[in-house]
Amino acid sequence: MDLNYTPEQEAFRQEVRHFLQDNLPADIRERMGKRLRHNKDMTVRWQQILHKQGWGASSWPVEFGGPGWDEVRQLIFEEECAMAGAPRQLDFGLRMVAPVIMKFGSDEQKDRHLPGILDGSVWWSQGYSEPGSGSDLASLRTTARREGEYYIVNGQKTWTTLGQYGDWIFCLVRTNDEVKSQEGISFLLIDMETPGIDVRPIIMLDGEHEVNDVFFDNVKVPVENLVGEEDKGWTYAKYLLGHERTGLANVGQWKTMMRRLKEIAREEQDDGKPIIENTRFRDRLAQLDTELRALEITVLRVLTASSDPGPEASILKIRGTEIGQQLFELAMEATGHNAIAHIPDALEPDYDGPLVGSHNAVPAAGDYFNMRKLSIFGGSNEIQRNIITKLVLGL
Amino acid sequence: MNFDLTGEQRMLQDSLRRFLANEYTFDKRREYINSGKSTDDGIWSAFAEMGLLAYTFPEENDGLGGNAIDTMLVMESFGRALVTEPYLATVVLAGGLIRDNGSDAQKAAILPAIASGEKRMAFAHYEQGARYNLSYVNTSAKSEGNGYVLNGSKAAVIHGYQAHQLIASARTSGNTRDENGLSLFLVDAGADGVTIRDFPAHDGFRTAEVTLNNVKVGVDALVGAADQAFAAIEKVIDQGTAALCAEAVGAMDAMVEATVEYTQTRKQFGVPIARFQVLQHRMADMFIQAQQGRSMAIVAAAYADSDDREARREAISQAKLLIGQGARLVGQAGVQLHGGMGVTDEMWASHLFKRLTLVNLLFGDSDYHLAKVSEALLAKLA
Ligand SMILES: Cc1cc2nc3c(=O)[nH]c(=O)nc-3n(C[C@H](O)[C@H](O)[C@H](O)COP(=O)(O)OP(=O)(O)OC[C@H]3O[C@@H](n4cnc5c(N)ncnc54)[C@H](O)[C@@H]3O)c2cc1C
Repeated sequence: MDLNYTPEQEAFRQEVRHFLQDNLPADIRERMGKRLRHNKDMTVRWQQILHKQGWGASSWPVEFGGPGWDEVRQLIFEEECAMAGAPRQLDFGLRMVAPVIMKFGSDEQKDRHLPGILDGSVWWSQGYSEPGSGSDLASLRTTARREGEYYIVNGQKTWTTLGQYGDWIFCLVRTNDEVKSQEGISFLLIDMETPGIDVRPIIMLDGEHEVNDVFFDNVKVPVENLVGEEDKGWTYAKYLLGHERTGLANVGQWKTMMRRLKEIAREEQDDGKPIIENTRFRDRLAQLDTELRALEITVLRVLTASSDPGPEASILKIRGTEIGQQLFELAMEATGHNAIAHIPDALEPDYDGPLVGSHNAVPAAGDYFNMRKLSIFGGSNEIQRNIITKLVLGL
Repeated sequence: MNFDLTGEQRMLQDSLRRFLANEYTFDKRREYINSGKSTDDGIWSAFAEMGLLAYTFPEENDGLGGNAIDTMLVMESFGRALVTEPYLATVVLAGGLIRDNGSDAQKAAILPAIASGEKRMAFAHYEQGARYNLSYVNTSAKSEGNGYVLNGSKAAVIHGYQAHQLIASARTSGNTRDENGLSLFLVDAGADGVTIRDFPAHDGFRTAEVTLNNVKVGVDALVGAADQAFAAIEKVIDQGTAALCAEAVGAMDAMVEATVEYTQTRKQFGVPIARFQVLQHRMADMFIQAQQGRSMAIVAAAYADSDDREARREAISQAKLLIGQGARLVGQAGVQLHGGMGVTDEMWASHLFKRLTLVNLLFGDSDYHLAKVSEALLAKLA
């Protein structure tokens, strides 16, 4: 038992930290630090910078252009990036479709798609959910009918995060109606420029455009865009879910937010004094700080375990999202009734109009509202608890 | 003990609910909000015709002589429909201050004008840095000639920009946190030196920041006695808090209903998701919170007009404590059970959730009121 990082790991942390100091653009750092609106440019630019350093894909093996880091190094890297104020890299390409292509894709697919994910030139979206198929994903109904050298895709995907920027989308589609629902699903890569695709915005409760509906009307997809075998898509999708381990808990991001929350607690005034002097507020902050520490250690235990964590990873999803939500709730409460005003323009860096209270109040309520999504997507927390009771506790 | 409404109260509630169901639909509400005012002349004059704006004023001022229970009924109905009209600001806060503290001349000039729907008002009290502390006031009023000169700024003025006239608190003596030395003044929204910055709120309401820069008012602008306004401020915020509690109860009920309905129609795994026991229990908890909240909203209304300060303050803080917490639980669970739909602008549930969230941030959040209840307990036992 030793809770310390090794000297090599500490040296690695310093190396990453220095790199970030020298290379993370100030405008991006500002956007992240003040929690301003995200945009495509910042994500792409940062991906290009990381790629130049050879760190574009921290979780990839060397043969595909990754740095070949072990899980602890990946975690250190992510944490340092978050703490420095770097934007989150786009998971859809790097952590979702890429591992599937690496494991099940053809050599042509690897050559064609992996470089664009690594250098940030191709924006990927995830097309799993449908209006009728959320938690029960296997009931999906978007169809792909084989016609010569093409699949003809018809149907609707929904909740497509940042699909408005999407160049490509990886989809689960139904290729066979005659078998059990899980067995008739295929994994297709679709160029979003193809005729017949229509992307329409869904406005979220914070007033922002983050997700989309994607409609497919007789979309012709070349058969070479099928990953692996027809009707085996569900297996690949499940592989992907099992593969995603470190990202689930978001510890780096939450530690960054915790640091910000502590600053907010010193800045925001309560009866003319910093709110950190308010015992009730401070107790809740202290409680949350403690929860976050437990989560961090649980993540490290899971990561360094010799065996695959399997369904225990649901703990990380549940606690990680709950802690994240509470961080934003406290940040909102700290700003008190200043959080009530909704000034969407103030989420851009060039805004020089009036604010209500300090800048801390600008993203406060919108963030809190938005973060309710954390316990809903990526397998809702109810579904995660079902997994723990069934697969871990054996109930 | 009697929790029954009078025949008249039941009629008020029925006709208001019917009116809102027809005239304050989700789409119409969106229009009113998008107009940039969050209030609609047609709706406001209909409220006046129904007598809503006059209920709690004395009969000699064109009022109906009602009390906080009537306010509770109105606000609960508003909560169910998420009405964003300036009722709390105009009738409960400003109207309440004039009713309870105004001179005969002020009452005669203002209350009938509110009752008829002509006049909208707002209460400019809270200041930056105060958070929820009511005595934290830096705005100053210096006696000069035959009147006062006001300087300072006010925050979180609900519907401030939509008001024709404000009631502003200011310090006529004492230091920042002193309860003594506060006074209330009528200030015309268009007076020289008054700047009102209007902001949309996340829940469809409007909020404003008011700056007073050498604003001159006459002695007749003083509401109540100089230096002695703290008790009046505290009482009207208690009345406003009781009203807000009732509104939250209406919104909680609406969230329970919306969620029960949604989970019965939404199917996953071949069944309505309402079949999953874990969701059933979640809805049972939401229902319990709404019921407990209803009880406390009644307690708050029963004490809101009381001059027994200690009993009133305890009732109000206990109510806001539980209702703030209930609103949080009901809001969060309601969204969660709607799945992805719950976080979209197109769903009713997300709008209920936003209002239920911000209700907790107005007039003191649950932590603030827990502190009040706790301090009162210590004072009694020590
Ligand atoms: C902001 C956001 C971004 C998203 N991005 C993407 C994306 O990029 N690509 C993509 O494909 N999808 C995306 N999703 C979709 C997301 O994965 C789904 O929302 C999620 O799977 C839940 O499905 P649903 O919304 O249909 O809710 P439902 O499945 O209808 O669930 C409603 C409620 O019922 C509960 N429930 C359902 N089944 C059970 C059960 N068996 N036991 C107990 N409770 C149950 C749920 O937990 C939830 O509380 C996104 C969603 C959101 C909100």
